[in-house]
Amino acid sequence: MAETSSDLSVHDLNASLRQKKDAGRKLLVCYITGGLNADWLDMLYILADAGADAVEIGIPFSDPVMDGPVIQESSMQALANGATPLSILMQVEKEEPGIPLAVMTYYNLVYRMGEERFAERLIQSGITGAILPDLPIDEAAGWIETGAAHSLSAVLLAAPTTREERLNEIAAKSKGFVYAVGLLGVTGEREELSESASVLAASIKSRTETPVLVGVGISNPEQAKKVCQVADGVVVGSALVRRILENRSKQEIGAFVKSIREALD
Amino acid sequence: MATDGIDTDTKSHLMADRLQNGKFGDFGGMFIPESLIPACSDLEKAFYEAFADEAFIAALNHLLKTYAGRPTPLTYCENLSEKLGIRLFLKREDLTHTGSHKINNVLGQALLAKRMGKKRMIAETGAGQHGVAAATAAALFGLDCVVFMGEVDVSRQALNVFRMKLLGAEVVPVKSGSATLKDAVNEALRDWVASVETTHYCIGSAMGPHPYPLIVRQLQSVIGKEAKAQFRDLSGDDPDFVVACVGGGSNAIGTFAGFVDTKSRLVGVEAAGGAAMHNGIPGVVHGMRSKFLQDESGQILEAESISAGLDYPGIGPEHAYLGTIGRANYSYVNDEEVIAAFRVLSETEGIIPALEPAHALAYILRAVETGEIPADASVMMTLSGRGDKDVAQIMEILEL
Repeated sequence: MAETSSDLSVHDLNASLRQKKDAGRKLLVCYITGGLNADWLDMLYILADAGADAVEIGIPFSDPVMDGPVIQESSMQALANGATPLSILMQVEKEEPGIPLAVMTYYNLVYRMGEERFAERLIQSGITGAILPDLPIDEAAGWIETGAAHSLSAVLLAAPTTREERLNEIAAKSKGFVYAVGLLGVTGEREELSESASVLAASIKSRTETPVLVGVGISNPEQAKKVCQVADGVVVGSALVRRILENRSKQEIGAFVKSIREALD
Repeated sequence: MATDGIDTDTKSHLMADRLQNGKFGDFGGMFIPESLIPACSDLEKAFYEAFADEAFIAALNHLLKTYAGRPTPLTYCENLSEKLGIRLFLKREDLTHTGSHKINNVLGQALLAKRMGKKRMIAETGAGQHGVAAATAAALFGLDCVVFMGEVDVSRQALNVFRMKLLGAEVVPVKSGSATLKDAVNEALRDWVASVETTHYCIGSAMGPHPYPLIVRQLQSVIGKEAKAQFRDLSGDDPDFVVACVGGGSNAIGTFAGFVDTKSRLVGVEAAGGAAMHNGIPGVVHGMRSKFLQDESGQILEAESISAGLDYPGIGPEHAYLGTIGRANYSYVNDEEVIAAFRVLSETEGIIPALEPAHALAYILRAVETGEIPADASVMMTLSGRGDKDVAQIMEILEL
């Protein structure tokens, strides 16, 4: 598949992931917390080089109820460093990692800035997707519409407890990808892959052509490979951020991501 | 309608009427992770079914009467009334089992949890009153109970921590964030995201995602229902002022529910360091759109006051609504005013209040002085809990 930097789909989460999925590639999306340390922006390039198909940039929030200890810790560190939504978005504006970027954050930060202004600001920074885990579809109509008007993909989440009729709606309305929450629980590494992950992924895939990615609890190449027997890809967050918090070298972090990439290919 | 027991009417009065799709005007809603949506929908359904079920209501009313000690009396404060030149009445929630109004809510929610087949109940707590009440109800109904409590509060309220353990509950100290009430709520929500299939989250205040603000208000409305009937019996009229303290706002919303359709002026009193109604900005946290103390980016700020029970940076969504439409007014008092009020009630009436309702009295003392409450006015104040839990803390502040 030919991609050049002049190809708009390089930046567009929705078009890029869909193209790659249709070409038979399993998708790898990596999460990092924005503003975590002085050289956090370098990670965008390291992840792109290691074979990530997109990066989710976490905008830290004071009360991250969907996150386990690792992302809580990284969020608190980033906030202590003075990270704000605007400081992160202004930093990202200057970067060109060559893969689509999305943000993951909590709705209050969007609400505070205003949905319209937040969407404009993301696009201005070259960010084409947003994941808001505490904005369920019932409350998201306005946000989805605002996103669509700005060519911003509102990624929706589905959980193992989500019932049929909601799953139809989530599968139909999610843009970029459908985020299948792999287990009942908050973000964090797990020893075992939950059985619910593949069941949910299969159920969503039967409803949509939009790529279905499993996140939460995907900790290593083996789990990624296994779940991608069904799913179109994975989101890896805590396993990566833990390594950043432990001050592992960039080479080591790159190698970890590459090992997941290779397991998927 | 029966005069004893809880108010089963969820639809007909002003407050109940305004609930549309889980929202009170612009406030409320269900802003929660997708995993929890079915649980909240099921809870809403179970609540409406239970409230329409005579056997459920009878069981709850029986417990309120024989276990919690309801109805609680309405006490006329003869000495303080004379001193202030008003007529002051106290609704005595301090006389309930476990010593605060929190018992009204937990008995109802534990019954609901049982009805839904849940085996485990989790709760958040600040000062420990809701934690103790939840542990009490869990013991009574044979439910496993885990209480999340900020690490800072665990050390401030050691006695309540021990009470919860005596009652068989596990107390989990929360170290994340500011290690106080809001972080205890976060941690309870995180637990619930993982345990939702077997666990009921027993929220302690009139806050959180729909249907919690509705359920907690309805279970606490027994306060207002009783107080209104008692006041009419005594004076043949409704009070000029109805005053209650507000953290999340459960005793206040339960009190207001009884008077919202009367001429009474409703006043909620917050702690100065947690005055979300005055200094808060609309936001979406802990499952609800309401008013929160937050910075310009939307990061939630820590509330700070002498009373752990009011240290919450937000306010229940129905209060945000009642304040916005002007049906209720919200004021705030500082720690010095609270300590003065705490002493006044102890010395003039022989009643040691909890620090939380001492906020309501502090407002009354000030409002009488400024003329906001005119001479001869009748004032009904909810004394939401007794002061035993706060005596050690006050002992460090006062020299007697």
